[in-house]
Amino acid sequence: MAISERDLAALEAGLDALEQPAAPPRSRARRVAAVSVPPVLALAVLLSIWQMLVTLHVKAPELLPAPIDVARTFSDQWRAGHVTEVIWNSLHRAAIGYAMAMVLGTLTGLAVSRFRSLRLAIGPLLSGLQSLPSVAWVPFALLWFGLSDGAIYFVVVMGAFPSISNGLVAGIDQIPPLLLRVGDAMGAKGLARYRHIVLPGALPGYLAGLKQAWSFSWRSLMAAELIAQSPDLGLGLGQLLHNGQDLLDMSLVLTAIGLILVVGIAVDVLVFAPLDRAVRRRRGLITS
Amino acid sequence: MTSVLSRTDVASAAVSVAPTVVSVRDVTKTFGHNGGSVTALDRVSLDIAEREFVCLVGASGCGKSTLLSIIAGLERPSSGSVAVRGGRAALMFQEPALLPWLTVESNIELPMRLQHVAPKQRRARVAELIDLVRLGQFAQSRPHELSGGMRQRVALARALAQEATVLLMDEPFAALDAITRDVLHDELTRIWYEREITVVFVTHNVREAVRLGDRVVLLSARPGRVVSDQQVDITRPRAIETPAVGALSLEITEQLRGQIRLHGHQ
Repeated sequence: MAISERDLAALEAGLDALEQPAAPPRSRARRVAAVSVPPVLALAVLLSIWQMLVTLHVKAPELLPAPIDVARTFSDQWRAGHVTEVIWNSLHRAAIGYAMAMVLGTLTGLAVSRFRSLRLAIGPLLSGLQSLPSVAWVPFALLWFGLSDGAIYFVVVMGAFPSISNGLVAGIDQIPPLLLRVGDAMGAKGLARYRHIVLPGALPGYLAGLKQAWSFSWRSLMAAELIAQSPDLGLGLGQLLHNGQDLLDMSLVLTAIGLILVVGIAVDVLVFAPLDRAVRRRRGLITS
Repeated sequence: MTSVLSRTDVASAAVSVAPTVVSVRDVTKTFGHNGGSVTALDRVSLDIAEREFVCLVGASGCGKSTLLSIIAGLERPSSGSVAVRGGRAALMFQEPALLPWLTVESNIELPMRLQHVAPKQRRARVAELIDLVRLGQFAQSRPHELSGGMRQRVALARALAQEATVLLMDEPFAALDAITRDVLHDELTRIWYEREITVVFVTHNVREAVRLGDRVVLLSARPGRVVSDQQVDITRPRAIETPAVGALSLEITEQLRGQIRLHGHQ
């Protein structure tokens, strides 16, 4: 059964075409609707329950302000320019602390995954640090660095870096051994092996660590700002929260909590979720 | 361009005068320690000539994959020696093992980046190799978007990109469906002929070995030894259905079964 080369090419093209999926793509508008409707509904339900509790006078109005009162406080703060100021102060502190945590976490992660003895020595410590509430570092930081931005960065770094480090180690551990073997067979050695095989292979795990580290650094920052009170420090979200407590202003407290929540969600939705999706889609780990 | 699919057999005539590319001398490989050690390969010797297509066949546990790893330089023999002319062998596995984060094009380019080939040269060779495996349309696709057969063709192009003296293939088509496998047999034969490469092909499928190889080397299992080494004097083009392929396969299968039976009596 001899076949000509042209027949072979045609046969192969036919096989390839048959293997391609024939699913119609979903429209973009529908997809946006599918992901945005459920959270909006959930928010509406939450607000109505809150309003119901207020109407039923479950607590005194000073302790349970109505949604509209909180909205009014928010708009007062907004007009006074406080909202953008506190968000900016907190966000840029978080970003600086996070960047430092990234450097420290990446370096320790690489070292731990590379040297077995180091993993045995400090691996458990890194996991332990991850579950240590970072607020525990606040007294230490205040005694060492005084009431300064340095103290705040220290708390953020201690809160965030173990997640980054552990994420990277997990990412490297989870690279399929066959890919490492194929890298060896192609002659990948030393730095080139890290650059072309190990680091890209570890990216999903590393990203998961970075994502978790962001929420840890945001929490740590709030803890630090809530405790470290000084006119020398710019007003951040944590300090706004503290002011609400001092002034017995529950609307302000709830406004601050709302802002902390919104910023945390926004960074996740705008930065980490798209990154994570892009990486996983490229690798065929999600299909939609 | 002469097609292998319509040529008469010249390879076996060329073999006798062609220089040796791979020389395996008394290679023994044992795993484990004295108490519970297993001998995977026992004084295996093998010479493979330039442009030769050699198939290694054997039952599970005959150490054929170990032998390939040793020729590839990924493992060291316990004793004996292996010499590969030019020092480089490219290796292909049963799974394509493409890097899932790279496009088809970048996967093929990677071995050349690792060998510091200049970018311009790399691009030209990638384009040529993509054409060779007929994946021009899929240069920018990711591995997960391709079928098993297409992925294995990318892996073949990537292995060829290493410009190694010999291509080692470890059951590369074992996981594919029969139709795709048959087409890839023709493709591999074409590429072997066009590119004038040397191939060492490991399989447990005797018919596949006879359909493809100039020579079929049968290995025994535990320990792996060379039982027989036969020239396949069947003119190409061959097909799985070619009567001569069937007849020789039957003969080798009988030898293989004889070897396997020995283990039942131990």
